[in-house]
Amino acid sequence: MAATVSSERDAVATPIQRAFREALYAGAISLGLFVLFIGLRTDQNISNELILVQRWGLLALVVIATAVGRFLYVAYGQPFLASLKVADIDTGLLPETVAARFFRMPFFIAAVVIAALLFVLAGSLDGLLGPDLAGYARFVRALAIIYAVAWVMYYFRAFIHAHLSALGISALALYPVVVVLVLALMTGSMAGGFQGSLKWVDNFGIQILIYVMLAWGLNIVIGLAGLLDLGYVAFYAVGAYAYALLGTHFGLSFWILLPAAGCMAAFWGVMLGFPVLRLRGDYLAIVTLAFGEIIRLVLINWREVTNGSAGISGIPKVSFFGLMTFNVSDPNYIAKVLNIATSSAYYKIFLYYLILGLCLLTAFVTVRLRRLPVGRAWEALREDEIACRSLGINTTTTKLTAFATGAMFGGFAGSFFAARQGFVSPESFVFLESAIVLAIVVLGGMGSLIGIAIAALVMIGGTEALRELDFLKRVFGPDFTPELYRMLLFGMAMVIVMLWKPRGFVGSREPTAFLKQRRAVSASFTKEGHG
Amino acid sequence: MNATPSSNDFILQVEHLSMKFGGLVAIGDLSFQARRGEITALIGPNGAGKTTVFNCITGFYKPTEGMMTLNRNDGSTYLLERLPNHEIPARAKVARTFQNIRLFSGMTLLENLLVAQHNKLMKASGYTLLGLFGFPSYRQASAESIELARHWLEKADLVDRADDPAGDLPYGAQRRLEIARAMCTGPELLCLDEPAAGLNPKESAALNELLMGIKSTGTSILLIEHDMSVVMQISDHVVVLEYGRKISDGNPASVRTDPRVIAAYLGVDDEEVETVLTEVGDEDVIEQLDTGPDSAHGPGNTASMMAGPVSDSVEHANEGERVTVSKGASKAAQVDARAASVASKPQSAAKPAAKSGTAKAAPNKPAAKAPAAKAGSASKGKDTAAKPTAGKRGGRK
Repeated sequence: MAATVSSERDAVATPIQRAFREALYAGAISLGLFVLFIGLRTDQNISNELILVQRWGLLALVVIATAVGRFLYVAYGQPFLASLKVADIDTGLLPETVAARFFRMPFFIAAVVIAALLFVLAGSLDGLLGPDLAGYARFVRALAIIYAVAWVMYYFRAFIHAHLSALGISALALYPVVVVLVLALMTGSMAGGFQGSLKWVDNFGIQILIYVMLAWGLNIVIGLAGLLDLGYVAFYAVGAYAYALLGTHFGLSFWILLPAAGCMAAFWGVMLGFPVLRLRGDYLAIVTLAFGEIIRLVLINWREVTNGSAGISGIPKVSFFGLMTFNVSDPNYIAKVLNIATSSAYYKIFLYYLILGLCLLTAFVTVRLRRLPVGRAWEALREDEIACRSLGINTTTTKLTAFATGAMFGGFAGSFFAARQGFVSPESFVFLESAIVLAIVVLGGMGSLIGIAIAALVMIGGTEALRELDFLKRVFGPDFTPELYRMLLFGMAMVIVMLWKPRGFVGSREPTAFLKQRRAVSASFTKEGHG
Repeated sequence: MNATPSSNDFILQVEHLSMKFGGLVAIGDLSFQARRGEITALIGPNGAGKTTVFNCITGFYKPTEGMMTLNRNDGSTYLLERLPNHEIPARAKVARTFQNIRLFSGMTLLENLLVAQHNKLMKASGYTLLGLFGFPSYRQASAESIELARHWLEKADLVDRADDPAGDLPYGAQRRLEIARAMCTGPELLCLDEPAAGLNPKESAALNELLMGIKSTGTSILLIEHDMSVVMQISDHVVVLEYGRKISDGNPASVRTDPRVIAAYLGVDDEEVETVLTEVGDEDVIEQLDTGPDSAHGPGNTASMMAGPVSDSVEHANEGERVTVSKGASKAAQVDARAASVASKPQSAAKPAAKSGTAKAAPNKPAAKAPAAKAGSASKGKDTAAKPTAGKRGGRK
């Protein structure tokens, strides 16, 4: 009843009047929400006493920003969005979309020029502008590059869509090379290029690819078989500790331990699978969550084997298939064999290609399995378990193979993680990791490899990119650390994506076989499974 | 009743099947046979236990008692109550459909039919290993399975929509797809749970044709159906259930004229029943008229002349068994009661000796035969099945 009354009143009021009113409401709500969050803050003074710090100015800023934002949205944003849906009377055409207006040729040229100019001046920026403005300039340069890339992607979207996998794989394969070359150009030497590439290859490349692999592994359990597994990090831990323990104690090579770690994780997948076979939905989620915690607690408390919270250090590096190593002291160190300058970047680049290969293996196996009876049975299990049984599918073994296959890839990723870090401790395998991987799977669209890869890029790459926003310190003061807002942005991104695309970036499902024509199945028909 | 031919003529033999959910007897001592290559229909009013029989046959329920024997065409015999759920379609070759359609709605029609061929393809793919490495044997099996799927899609008139999601199909087409999917498992006995429910006459006719086509391939069909046009047209043999008990069994024509079946479906004129039962001295009717508590279940009033024998309540206590439907509910039993009263009235109105006589006066009452057939279930059969019928009422006259 109340809704109808207010809409009548809205119809009478002009947009500006309505915007004023709604801005007032929004301001009042944000005042109520934030008065305790932002207005007051507890802190410790010099004698370790708890004191209240009052921040009314900041509170006023936030409230005003909310009100102004609501005002602008209602007064100008909504009419603009509505106008986009109205076709021109004369031509019958819809107005240009926002994207088309945003991605224009002159803007593109400007962006490229700005980016190029700032690249050329990269070395002398600090001297020219001072450290403050140089930070902004670098941020502008990053924005210009992102805009240019987005422009290209927008205008070639049909081509990209058609050749997504090939383009994606070649881009990933070329990524370290491009990074090294660009940085070498900027610094003027190959050594500088290698040194500078560490951050980009390791923090961005390897980090994102580990999560891609974990999410693709979990995708088998959740996306295909529909079994909600909240303890996936347990298999990651099993893989990591398998490599760490067997590698340090017995000196076995990574190339032997990688499959061994996968097998061990798969074994634990079956061990988890057996007791939870009959559980569904929430109950399954709770038990798998507990399983993840049990593994972590065992790792903490079984000191004789795992060295407890102190973890295991000195985990051997991966060798280049036994031909070359990445230890400077070894006689067959890669720089000595190939007669090049010593650099720690070689190992990171090697690891990048290693994890890329593991990711592609995961993708290949997943794609293949989906077309095999076992993969179809997983998806059928997600759709309707009772119908599966009526068709003679052994749901017990089907569920167990899903758990085991998913866990195996988790184990691979874990042993890679141990090799990359050189150190493992139970702290790396907390529930939050499971939650992040699950969030990536859900955001990407359950069952879709591409969507999940994009989600991992956005979530992990995005949070890593926060570390690059140091210039914000100059705006918000020296104790402002953008990384701390990681989880806030993570949560906001999830809410926005779930509102905008409730089934994830790629919600539709690719059929595994077709008679005449392969048509994607809309997300409205697929089910999420009941656990 | 049946001149028992060699057991191999029957694809399915159900003997003394009972299914109890706590106190509720969903099926009580049901026996029937389904002949090979025939369409056997299982009909009855809502709540008669038809779907429960299906769930027992296809392993979704483990029956409380009884034996279900499936004789395959190659001579092998399976006891369905001993097989795990998923092995019944896989080994005994029994496929089923569901009353509320259970398709894989997010998968295409073709994929639905490929999932049905899971076990065959699983073997061909070397339990995934050979298939993973793309061995040609799997590729061939895969092509064959797609051909089989195409065959059944054509039969079900769905081949044009093969690449659409199953959830996108209209209701009638979903029914046909479910049958096609069941057929892709290569069954010897196909159990259909209300395939014509919700279909219009045209779709219903198309379904009849599909079923006759399936029958002609040698697959036996067990059918639950409410749509009498389907049942009477295509079935060779009809079994009628009411309240979990068989009330009639025979060819469609004989079942159609069976007064017990008519009563079960259409009911008996209430006044007529009441007068008859009151004349006979039926405890239920008297109780209902008195609106007093049910003496068998309420507090015992053994001092009363109207109360049943003590053994009655003792047995209830022992077995925790309770018939939750009201005693006079079974229309078929009312018909029996009427027949019994007609038989006993000319003799004398109140004679304890009539007890056994009236019981025999209902010759086609299945439950009354149970005591003779099976000592173990004798008391139970009497207790649950025969209670509302003439057997006990006679004793209280």
